[in-house]
Amino acid sequence: MIRVAGAGWLTLLYKELLRFWKVAFQTILAPVITALLYLLIFSHVLESRVSVFGGQIAYTAFLVPGLVMMSVLQNAFANTSSSLIQSKITGNMIFILLTPLSPADFFAAYVLGAMARGLVVGLGVFVVTLFFVPSLLAMPHPFWALAFALLGSAILGTLGLVAGIWAEKFDQLAAFQNFLITPLTFLSGVFYSIHSLPPFWQSLSHANPFFYMIDGFRYGFFGLSDVPPALSLGIVAGCALLLSLLALTLLRRGWKLRP
Amino acid sequence: MIVALAVEIGNVVRCFGSVRALAGVSLGVEEGEFFGLLGPNGAGKTTLISILAGLTRADSGTVRVLGHDVIADYRKARRALGVVPQELVFDPFFSVRETLQIQSGYFGIRHNDAWIDEILHHLDLTAKADANMRSLSGGMKRRVLVGQALVHKPPVIVLDEPTAGVDVELRRSLWAFIRKLNRDGHTIILTTHYLEEAEALCGRIAMLKAGRVVALDTTKNLLARVAGLTVRLVADRVPAAWQDRVTSRGAHGFVLGLDRYADLESLLAALRGEDIRIDELALVETDLEQVFLRIMGGARPPAAGSPT
Repeated sequence: MIRVAGAGWLTLLYKELLRFWKVAFQTILAPVITALLYLLIFSHVLESRVSVFGGQIAYTAFLVPGLVMMSVLQNAFANTSSSLIQSKITGNMIFILLTPLSPADFFAAYVLGAMARGLVVGLGVFVVTLFFVPSLLAMPHPFWALAFALLGSAILGTLGLVAGIWAEKFDQLAAFQNFLITPLTFLSGVFYSIHSLPPFWQSLSHANPFFYMIDGFRYGFFGLSDVPPALSLGIVAGCALLLSLLALTLLRRGWKLRP
Repeated sequence: MIVALAVEIGNVVRCFGSVRALAGVSLGVEEGEFFGLLGPNGAGKTTLISILAGLTRADSGTVRVLGHDVIADYRKARRALGVVPQELVFDPFFSVRETLQIQSGYFGIRHNDAWIDEILHHLDLTAKADANMRSLSGGMKRRVLVGQALVHKPPVIVLDEPTAGVDVELRRSLWAFIRKLNRDGHTIILTTHYLEEAEALCGRIAMLKAGRVVALDTTKNLLARVAGLTVRLVADRVPAAWQDRVTSRGAHGFVLGLDRYADLESLLAALRGEDIRIDELALVETDLEQVFLRIMGGARPPAAGSPT
């Protein structure tokens, strides 16, 4: 028996990874297939009709990074939110609450677990779409793409954490997803460049933090973006920081978990 | 030298809306004790245990485990505490062994397999070690809950209704194991609906009623203090000098409370003196249920098997 001080959060992370890995069919394969369907349908219908970045990039190629990032974000959110609500509804949350794990331990384990799921699904989508657009492998700025994937998955993992702690029923969580997460991802430029939008919608898109995640991620693939990538990175990092502070404060206060 | 109590509860108040679940509870449990927490449904037992375990917070008052405050020093307090929750909960993703390994890991304990094997053995779960939690019967899931509370070898163990809905055989083997843990020096705090269980196991008992401690004494003193010696007498009447000893009268005769066996002699002398014929005379064994009923002022003991 070896006691490793402060190592408890690694077990919680391991548990979170094992949880989605044991049902990988549903948590990894299914979202990859969904993304592939989007690609087949949208590229088939829109390839010859939509021009992006002044025709410098084919629409299907433009679409892929958007779909990859959307998969990363949605799965990161799904991981924390569904894990927490399941634990709360089945009651096994108590096993974690009885331990000496600190709010920071709790936060780190859940958010890293969500990031891992988001990144694995995103990588899966990327690998499959390479069969359709092999040219994407020649990314000019892979580290920019990686930075946005990491920050984006951390933000959505944290949002999922807050939503999972807040929700008391599955339909409350579904409302959070349907009225907040899905509209924000769909209206963030996954399927289009915001330059193709009327001025009003263009400026509204700038208020959507998801827009900067997708735009910055896409910069990594093409070296082209709607706004400068450093600005996007700053905004996304700021959002990640604010949300993390919010989540940690809620956890410290025992909000909903330790009433 | 001040010896830290295993559990120290100081004037704890907790309200839910307008309901005072705990209205200023104070009690101390010494190291090595087998302590019982009894009370009717809604008396505040589970709220008190939840505060002790850090699952919920007190509005005011202090709670310490081995001297560690459950809020300010929660890491040490929780390391010292093993809690068997009342609800039959489990994580359906894992096997029995995985469940215990993961629980151990949360406490930062790796390579704990020797102790986990021992727990599995004592709880008669060795054959089910690799079975998924979903496939276990209710009684076996309950045993895993006990195992999870013990993985980090806590000096203080709290069992909240551990035998609700558990068959007789398992109850017996579970108590044998808990007794062994107590003999090995673990402090045990038990809430139960089975009063005979509390009477047989607990050295000291606190009774809660409407969020207050209404009795706190050794089991022996509780049994003696409230009931003394009870005698059932079937006769036409009771000697004049003994009228005030009658606690009840009915079809089955008079029930009299005596202080000691010597009083029996004087009672018999009084009966002979007044020429009262004795149809039947029996000593009634005092049990905790009588004490409980007396202290709760007519509140029925909680129905067995209905967790609060």
